[in-house]
Amino acid sequence: MKGILGKDLLGLEQLTAEQINVVLDTATPLKEISLRQIKKVPTLRGMTIVNLFFEASTRTRISFEFAEKRLSADTVNVASSGSSVSKGETLVDTARNLEAMKIDMVVIRHPASGAAKFLAERIESNVINAGDGMHEHPTQGLLDLLTLRDRFGDLKGRRICIVGDVLHSRVARSNIWGLTKLGAEVAVCGPRSLLPNAIEEMGVTVFQRIEEAIEWAEALNILRLQLERMEAGYIPSQREYNRVFGVTRERLERAPRELLILHPGPMNRGVEIDSDVADGPHSVILDQVTNGVAIRMAVLYLLSGGRPEQAIVAKAGVA
Amino acid sequence: MNAANTRDLLLKGGRIVDPSQGLDAVGDVLLRNGKVEACGGSIGTPDGAEVMDCSGLVVSPGMIDVHVHLREPGREDVETIKTGAHSAAAGGFTGVCAMPNTKPVTDNQATVGFVKRQGEAAGYARVYPYGAISLGQKGETLAELGEMVGAGAVAFSDDGRPVESAHLMRTALEYARTFNVPVAEHCEDMSLARGGSMNEGVMSARLGLKGIPAEAEEIYVIRDILLAKRTGGHIHMCHLSTRGSVELVRWGKERGINVTAEVCSHHISLTESEVEGYNTNAKMNPPLRTQSDIDALQEGLADGTIDLLVTDHAPHHYDEKEREFADAPNGIVGLETALGVNCTWLLKPGVISISQMVDRMSCLQAKIFHLPGGTLRAGSIGDVTVFDPTREWTVNPANFKSKGRNTPYGGRTLVGQAIATVVGGRVVYRLPT
Repeated sequence: MKGILGKDLLGLEQLTAEQINVVLDTATPLKEISLRQIKKVPTLRGMTIVNLFFEASTRTRISFEFAEKRLSADTVNVASSGSSVSKGETLVDTARNLEAMKIDMVVIRHPASGAAKFLAERIESNVINAGDGMHEHPTQGLLDLLTLRDRFGDLKGRRICIVGDVLHSRVARSNIWGLTKLGAEVAVCGPRSLLPNAIEEMGVTVFQRIEEAIEWAEALNILRLQLERMEAGYIPSQREYNRVFGVTRERLERAPRELLILHPGPMNRGVEIDSDVADGPHSVILDQVTNGVAIRMAVLYLLSGGRPEQAIVAKAGVA
Repeated sequence: MNAANTRDLLLKGGRIVDPSQGLDAVGDVLLRNGKVEACGGSIGTPDGAEVMDCSGLVVSPGMIDVHVHLREPGREDVETIKTGAHSAAAGGFTGVCAMPNTKPVTDNQATVGFVKRQGEAAGYARVYPYGAISLGQKGETLAELGEMVGAGAVAFSDDGRPVESAHLMRTALEYARTFNVPVAEHCEDMSLARGGSMNEGVMSARLGLKGIPAEAEEIYVIRDILLAKRTGGHIHMCHLSTRGSVELVRWGKERGINVTAEVCSHHISLTESEVEGYNTNAKMNPPLRTQSDIDALQEGLADGTIDLLVTDHAPHHYDEKEREFADAPNGIVGLETALGVNCTWLLKPGVISISQMVDRMSCLQAKIFHLPGGTLRAGSIGDVTVFDPTREWTVNPANFKSKGRNTPYGGRTLVGQAIATVVGGRVVYRLPT
């Protein structure tokens, strides 16, 4: 059964603004399930979902697992260590074997860009991209959009700046697609060595200095600085990164307005973000985490063929 | 390929296009004892001769491709010299130069001799071995170029492993002068390109793939041109892919530097947009670039900056391409589509004339690499390509003689196809009717 999202969720690039809004609208009522004492509805009862993680992940995997379990799906986690993957089995063989066991959905996290699409083209089951290389992380993008929408309402004309290692970030790409489709103005800021050479052609503004970005933006989405980027020589040191690009309270205090602070986690406190910003009054970082479960529930529900207008019914546990 | 006692072969009534003699006229070509006996005008049929009706077809000196990978020794599961030479013949090629990135590396006279003998035993297109510049293509120690020339090597290259040391490249260019053979470079600065799997630009940014900037190629192009200027050696630029490279080669040629250059059929026809959807059959190195690069490469072919059209024929196993984009190997098969691609993208739109195409696919290949053939002058070897530059056909990889099926042209309709391939006066391929 094909729902409004089609068979798979591979990225936000392919989605229309309407489809994105449907996911956000569906997620909103589903949030309430996680607030109940018995956090479970029977919506996906009898469905089997495999969480196929070829890359270490704590937050995303747990968030998906909660979403699946709260919708009553049966789930299996396959991590790259301790499976046939480490024995050199190809991705396509792994997927076909799983499918031979009659599953309904695969959530895949993989270090190679395009891996989720590769899988989706080769199996019948619905595929959800939980992050593929440097390409996209659509559920993260959606939960960021939901978090912003909760605060701002309509995102049209809102000014959002993505800060940090855009070059290697799938979160950045999903955010750029999602935000621009919903009419927001998008900027990026970071060392030029960590921005794609042709980033302007993706329809975003580039700020060379964090001070300029802070002056312009209404919200900052601050990306995690991966330690291996230093090793690869993209920037000189964490210390200098913090001094030049770090989001600090001091810098925020000079802003003409209060900025909403997002971070996809896990944070390097004192590197890309200072603790008093992360824990400050304008941080919505934990709201993002809460929204993540609801967004993933919405995506699972819609991909399984659920109708958006029945999400309330699904919530009640009747669907 | 001893053709001494074969029947005479009379190619009757074709349009003979042979730029080596400034010839473009309808006429006959007679092949006898493996050589061209007579070319042009009307020739009476000798007793017992086989006659091939070539009316409506083009008869040209045998096409040559100086850049192919035949995988033997080492990867006989993806191609052998026999299947590769058969593939060449089916594409209209009478000769190919086999790159030395074999296992073991073709860096010594024994392996060079093996490749040559396997080519002779196959009996399709002629196979001319390349030797490696350095032992094991490691870029450290100069290989025994002289002995390899003695065993049949026609040129030297470390192929997919650019010679990082400018000193080693300088030495190779100087040393190879004794033997009058070209030294060919795969131009790529690995410190810029490493980990890259497509052209660097907005497309790579969008797909989240590490890009290979044009400058990775161009930095080596200008370095090697300057080394050729210093040494007087002959540098041959493999598979150029960027606008900047064309400009740099033009700069070198204008100054009389001994530089020659080749371009692959895919680089004059397809852009990086083929990669969309992570299509591993559009993954090669150098990568597919942009329309602006294609325009410059085509211009370079038309004005002579680029000398040769090649394929960089690179068969891979289905399983190797059936994987995540960044992990898939580089390269596509090209021998059986090159003539069609060149006719479709260059000849039909009038980018180059038919004489220029034959020059760049045959005459100049022989001239630059000092190979026999490339001409239909009486007394030359009897290598001939008969082709129909207007014949429409649809590429079906399942029909390839190559073991490789990895092509971005599958399902496309091309214009131009080889009808018969003649090596040493013997028909080694004929298009099934």
